[in-house]
Amino acid sequence: MSSAIREAVPRDLTGGTTTTRLVYFSSVSGNTKRFMDKLALPAKRIPLFAKDPALTVDEPYVLILPTYGGGTEGGAVPKQVIRFLNDPHNRSLIRGVIAAGNTNFGEAYGRAGDIISAKCNVPSLYRFEVFGTPEDVENVHDGLEQFWNRQ
Amino acid sequence: MVDKLKLIDSVQAINWNRIEDEKDVEVWNRLVNNFWLPEKVPLSNDVQSWNTLTPDEQQLTMRVFTGLTLLDTLQGTVGAVSLIPDAITPHEEAVYTNIAFMESVHAKSYSSIFSTLASTREIDDAFRWSTENPNLQKKASIVMEYYRGDEPLKRKAASTLLESFLFYSGFYLPMYWSSRAKLTNTADMIRLIIRDEAVHGYYIGYKFQKGLEKLTESERQDIKDYTFSLLYELYDNEIQYTQDLYDGVGLTEDVKKFLHYNANKALMNLGYEPMFPKTVTDVNPAILSALSPNADENHDFFSGSGSSYVIGKAVNTEDEDWDF
Repeated sequence: MSSAIREAVPRDLTGGTTTTRLVYFSSVSGNTKRFMDKLALPAKRIPLFAKDPALTVDEPYVLILPTYGGGTEGGAVPKQVIRFLNDPHNRSLIRGVIAAGNTNFGEAYGRAGDIISAKCNVPSLYRFEVFGTPEDVENVHDGLEQFWNRQ
Repeated sequence: MVDKLKLIDSVQAINWNRIEDEKDVEVWNRLVNNFWLPEKVPLSNDVQSWNTLTPDEQQLTMRVFTGLTLLDTLQGTVGAVSLIPDAITPHEEAVYTNIAFMESVHAKSYSSIFSTLASTREIDDAFRWSTENPNLQKKASIVMEYYRGDEPLKRKAASTLLESFLFYSGFYLPMYWSSRAKLTNTADMIRLIIRDEAVHGYYIGYKFQKGLEKLTESERQDIKDYTFSLLYELYDNEIQYTQDLYDGVGLTEDVKKFLHYNANKALMNLGYEPMFPKTVTDVNPAILSALSPNADENHDFFSGSGSSYVIGKAVNTEDEDWDF
């Protein structure tokens, strides 16, 4: 009986390649989701609606999020992401941030990354525009691999 | 020729307490928060700088701004208005009225620049040039044709290409002057316009993609083919227009890279993959940093040595939503 229980435990629970080290948010316009689809790495999505169950993470992660556009009046970080980071447990596991945006927003380009980097004291790793060029996907893919190897 | 203005068929009282698409509210709020007027920008501080430009450079600048005036006039009086009857939600209609008004503010703001920097005769000459330049007139008429057409999604595609691509042969020049510490207040105003156009292009592109979701695969392909052929047509004309303006000052090749870079972003706003490869979108770093101080490569920590990460500078986040 005890051996049957042992066999029922999936092997990858001890770690390995199935770990999800990315958390992302994407609004209904779906640009960040599209970047994540191209990146093709396991990732957890922060829910869009307040009625959805809140996301809780269990391992260190890099956060990828869009910057809400272009103002100087605040509001650059989506509310859903603020809600996610207000959970001290989630916040304790963030290791870096990557922000999407648009250079046409001037100083506000990718500002959500700067804000989270400063508030959570983690590096702002990269920024890309809209849903990223093929080069952006490659840079983030390779960059993340190196980043985790150094952790 | 008398065209009857197309209006929506019926109107109901708009209820902002019942929202079908959150994006409408988000973009409305963003546009309202970003509202500005040219009178708030101290353009007169550029008079001294203006006088350091050569007569040719002054003429180029005037022409570029009349070209931009034409596009903003077109977008304010025809483009954004033509999108209203196609709107899916009443809040979307309201956002288009905001966009239309703001385009009229942009069009007027160039006149503020003119009256601050130039004589009446110079202003009249530049406006005459704008009515006589075939490539400028052609770009306006290509887009106009689609605004008059019967297909809502094609109108949105044309509108997004105008907002996110066609302005940039003009926007290049104030960014160039700004990178050389010239006409810096004018550049500040242009950056406000660029910011607005970015929200407009994003929003209209988003509504375009929502519309595509309702089509069959072959209809979607038809719209995609149409969008790319419109882009090619506009691009060819844009190259001619760029040569007309910038050959004399030797900046044409630099401007073209900026066009490619922005054409890619226009496509992305419409949900299409960027078309121009990295080798032709390497915008002059001075122009990119005039556009956004955050655009430099120091923000790519992956490509650096990785030994010294920089933590973001404290940004004002007096937002009651943060608990920590």
